[in-house]
Amino acid sequence: MIYNFSDYINEMKRANKLVVQPRMGFGTLDKMKQGLLAVANCNAPTIGTLTLDSYTRVNDFISPKIALDSHQEINGFPIVTHGAIATRELLDGIVADKFAVQVRHGTALPVEIIKVLLAAGINATEGGPISYCLPYSRLPIENAISAWATCCELLASSREKGIINHLESFAGCMLGQLCPPSLLLALGILEGIFFKRHGLVSVSLSYAQGPSAEQDLSALAALHVLANEYLSDIDWHIVVYTYMGVFPKTIAGASEIIKTSAQIAKIGNAQRLIVKTPAEAFRIPTIEENVKSLELAYSASKNLENNNNLAIDLEEQEIIYHQARFLVESVLDLHCSLNKGLQIAFKKGYLDVPYCLHQNNKNLTRSVIDSRGYLQWAETGNLPFSQDYLNDFSKRKIPITSDGFLFMLGFVQHKYDNVKSE
Amino acid sequence: MKQRTVLSTLPSDSHSWNLVYLQLLLEELGHEVINVGTCVPIDVLIKKCHESRPNNLVISSVNGHGHLDGMKMILAMKKYPMLKGIRVVIGGKLGTQGCDSKDYAEKLLRAGFDAVFSEKEIPEFISLMNEDTKNNNQKIAL
Repeated sequence: MIYNFSDYINEMKRANKLVVQPRMGFGTLDKMKQGLLAVANCNAPTIGTLTLDSYTRVNDFISPKIALDSHQEINGFPIVTHGAIATRELLDGIVADKFAVQVRHGTALPVEIIKVLLAAGINATEGGPISYCLPYSRLPIENAISAWATCCELLASSREKGIINHLESFAGCMLGQLCPPSLLLALGILEGIFFKRHGLVSVSLSYAQGPSAEQDLSALAALHVLANEYLSDIDWHIVVYTYMGVFPKTIAGASEIIKTSAQIAKIGNAQRLIVKTPAEAFRIPTIEENVKSLELAYSASKNLENNNNLAIDLEEQEIIYHQARFLVESVLDLHCSLNKGLQIAFKKGYLDVPYCLHQNNKNLTRSVIDSRGYLQWAETGNLPFSQDYLNDFSKRKIPITSDGFLFMLGFVQHKYDNVKSE
Repeated sequence: MKQRTVLSTLPSDSHSWNLVYLQLLLEELGHEVINVGTCVPIDVLIKKCHESRPNNLVISSVNGHGHLDGMKMILAMKKYPMLKGIRVVIGGKLGTQGCDSKDYAEKLLRAGFDAVFSEKEIPEFISLMNEDTKNNNQKIAL
């Protein structure tokens, strides 16, 4: 029997423990079960993950069957292809104390997936109308907004049966890297408000580790303030992601960045951490590699005394908070319906994700990594900031070349790989 | 003559950094780039090639399904003789097992790709992209 996700998080919060969770999905029922069992029994407080494959992500439920029938590997668990009954049987077969799971997918139109996961007895998933449309889909935002509104209502409807379903906004991971923190926060808060308005009472806000731990801690502090302002009437927590961009290639560098992400999460008062593995740079990790990483991360979250150098930059926290709050308010002011407001915001470029190729994203903004390793705006496009909200760095406009871009993409990888080889 | 290049990934691939980088790179090489974005259905890609009559079609995929979807794409493309003159290349991480993309190269080349690159072969990619194509489509267009 699968435990309730938000109950587990809140119990661990009271116990002052950081919950760790892998990104893990396998094509076959057997392998998926092995993976979940290993996570359930690992030496850390964990949530199990069913990451869906990239065919299911685009609502192609036939290709996974063809691939599995011909023993081709696929990159995740095809929940719709396997169906609710088989998935429920798989989960019922996992004998573990208080084991909650979350379905992770990346789908702009997830109605079918949500129906199947609810029928399978799963009570937590993630995504959002912006965060699962802009990076992953070619569909207009409008379609994703209406599909996600339906999904929220489906998830919320279980309350009649006394079940609280949890939904995480993936917005804090927008494109995985190079999105300035203030925009990550604003998008997360807006999706949180969207979930709340469509009936959810338990949500989480994500934040992906960036190039600078100081900037991350500043952003997490700002996110707490914003979540208290906008979501105080529902259950919420913050989930940190180990760096989602180009990953360190050495074992030492990868271990170091995983440990740092755990410490950022713990010091930044997040309740949950999505952990990567050192294999990440090369291939889909094995079950054992996932378990090892979860244990490494949890143990790092308990050993904070060596890391007095991790501190909040108050000036940066102020900038991030004010930029994010200004974006949120600008969007809420556009229309009484947030569904409409979000669409108008992207059309006007009030929300604009740097380097995002989606047709509804203006793609006029640019970001850059400064000498401190902070992510900064290099070009703010039509973002409605007044100059007061920008620091001197961002007031300059910096052209981006392919070499410069490659440097930024690999900045974090090199930072962690080089530290360890010195 | 300025080369026109359609840049794309495959239907199940949602990664875009590779496309953003390749667009900047190809523009610096003097190409006119039509970036079709992520998760591109094969029919959309084929329509784009008909519309824009490019010299090159550059497919970049890093989600591990590239050798499967790339094969489907090149076979679908063969049904359209008007697209015959386009130089079609594919690269990235084409399988899930972390193998070099070269492991899939032979099959993909046989199916009709003009070149297959592993993610490390950017210099090789650049030198091919610097070579002019003999594009029949362009001649027809003239």
